[in-house]
Amino acid sequence: MIKRSYWSLPYLIFMVVFVVLPLVLIVLYAFQDGSGHFTLSNIARFFTDSDSLQTFALSIEVAIENTLICILLGYPAAWILANRKLNRSAVTVMLFIMPMWINALMRTLATAELFNMFGITLGKGTLLFGMVYDYIPFMIYPIYNILMKMDNSYAEAAEDLGATPWKVFWKITVPLSMPGVMSGVLMVFMPTVSTFAISEFLTNNKIKLFGTIIQENINSSMWNYGAALAFIMLLIIGITSLFNDNKDSQAEGGLI
Amino acid sequence: MANDYIIDIQHLSKSFGGVKVLDDINFYIRRGEFITLLGPSGCGKTTLLRQIAGFIAPDEGRILLEGKDISGIPPYQRPLNTVFQRYALFPHLDVYDNIAFGLKLQKVPPKEIEKRVKKMLKMVSMTDYEDRSVDSLSGGQQQRVAIARALVNYPKVLLLDEPLAALDLKMRKDMQLELKEIHRKMGITFIYVTHDQEEALTLSDTIVVMNEGKIQQIGTPIDIYNEPVNCFVADFIGESNILKGRMIRDRRVAFLKHEFDCVDEGFGEDVPVDVVVRPEDIYFTTDPAKCQFKAKVNSCIFKGVHYEMWVDTDTGYELMIQDYDPYPVGSEVMLYIDPDDIQVMHKERTRNVYEGTMVDQTHVDMMGGVFECLPQEGIGAGDKVQAVIRFEDVDLLDHQEDGVVAGEVHFLIYKGDHYHLTVRTEDDYRIWVDTNDIWDKGDLVGVNIAPEAIKLTRCND
Repeated sequence: MIKRSYWSLPYLIFMVVFVVLPLVLIVLYAFQDGSGHFTLSNIARFFTDSDSLQTFALSIEVAIENTLICILLGYPAAWILANRKLNRSAVTVMLFIMPMWINALMRTLATAELFNMFGITLGKGTLLFGMVYDYIPFMIYPIYNILMKMDNSYAEAAEDLGATPWKVFWKITVPLSMPGVMSGVLMVFMPTVSTFAISEFLTNNKIKLFGTIIQENINSSMWNYGAALAFIMLLIIGITSLFNDNKDSQAEGGLI
Repeated sequence: MANDYIIDIQHLSKSFGGVKVLDDINFYIRRGEFITLLGPSGCGKTTLLRQIAGFIAPDEGRILLEGKDISGIPPYQRPLNTVFQRYALFPHLDVYDNIAFGLKLQKVPPKEIEKRVKKMLKMVSMTDYEDRSVDSLSGGQQQRVAIARALVNYPKVLLLDEPLAALDLKMRKDMQLELKEIHRKMGITFIYVTHDQEEALTLSDTIVVMNEGKIQQIGTPIDIYNEPVNCFVADFIGESNILKGRMIRDRRVAFLKHEFDCVDEGFGEDVPVDVVVRPEDIYFTTDPAKCQFKAKVNSCIFKGVHYEMWVDTDTGYELMIQDYDPYPVGSEVMLYIDPDDIQVMHKERTRNVYEGTMVDQTHVDMMGGVFECLPQEGIGAGDKVQAVIRFEDVDLLDHQEDGVVAGEVHFLIYKGDHYHLTVRTEDDYRIWVDTNDIWDKGDLVGVNIAPEAIKLTRCND
């Protein structure tokens, strides 16, 4: 008779090899110089290098902009999809969600080709367009999920207490769907910070994002500095996810 | 002088997907009244309440509030408030903000809001809870907040949709008393929906008994309990012995194969009726002069306040009796019933009647099936006929596929020596059946009728 806890062994090995080990390696490399001695210079270099800092600031800016646009466009879309009067078919939902299943790189390349075809100059505008296009399903889906699950009696109770449909939306629907929005923010904001392929293809490398410089450092064998940058990014991602940690919002938001 | 009806409901009908949920509902509600819509699940009571609240638009008919038609007015403009079955307290707001929600929308000054919210919290005994999150409250406390949230707006009418259904028994009893007290203090009209007959009897000034989208009876709790108009009401409200009877003449009725004096008049002579006798209204006696019939005690169970006994009468009927004193099982007892306690009801029907079409000489197409019948002089293929079948001539079979038509036992009443069943067929016909077999509500049955039991007459049009 094998103890039941042994069943988790394969997963444990997987976790160690593919999650824990790389993280440990990142931290190790980040605090080592080329010859393997402990150092803080990699981290210090980031905070003293204005180029890196600017790229970092730009990445955060683009990520915030992308997230905001995704909320502004995605929330109404999710609301319409979840509204049984406006949308009676599951196919429409599928159409919105389907891009999630297609490789992001492929979609990005296709978008770049479209811009080229119409002779649109690549730059920040095209970058944002591509990002919104890539990430908006990740915003729509959790919001749609939470709106679908929301008990209609809250809206009815508000209406019963004198709230017009507009007031019901702002005072009940929006606050109660916040866990879905937070879920969407996590799904959109964090990947955008670390993205590099989209900026490469949609700006012809004119705009560099934080992900781009990590990639460049690693590609040119500057592993230690690259690891330090990756470590900083991990911290940022960790901090963002803390915002979402209150209550059991993931459970309600679906998706993650 | 016009009436003082706060709500007047006229010819209200509603269908969902072809099924009539409400069928021509008419009644009025007096100002300040505590009125209860009572019925089994699916009887249309909640649909009716939601129409008054404005969440569902009626197909036909109108709802007058103080003489004005409010049918087309959205819920947020109706001066009514609802206490929802599952409370629907806003989880993102604390107790204070939940209660203040309606007042803030009306732009009541904050000072006034605070005064009114505090007053309401006091009324529902929830002072000091204003900063609590609603998730941290027990079911009973959430219920109180829901009531306060609705009443703080001083609605003209308060609608309550099974508000106590989610509470445990003890809590429910306490809340019933509190609700009655709140009603008395506020003087607001309450419309209460429940399927719990005891709750309805305890709380209401007026009860509206509903079944299958129709009003069965409207009256005070005492009227409804003592003088049910039909078997459904008698069976639904309280315990009862419902028996087949025959009105011999005014003030004289036969049932249990005995004759009894009663107080009912105007039924005619020698007319089939149903008789209701409440279990607490059958008395034991040791005086042979008072004895109207004898019986043998079959079972005796202690129920707390009283004993519940089943007796077999000397004429072969089973009766339920409730008494403060137990009688040993197996003992012979003498019984009598006061004339006042015998409630005689018109029979809604005495036999099944259907329209049909002759397929050929020996087959009739009716109720969505083709039944064999005996050949009749002068009736042939294609003729429209009326078929009459006695209740006891309908055979119910265990398997739906064995019957000519398939159906489901929809309602049943024990009538002392047999069961009276309503069977609903797949094509939504009703068949009424008297049987000695035991069936349960919801049983799937096949329906068969012997050829000789179908009495056919040709329709004259």
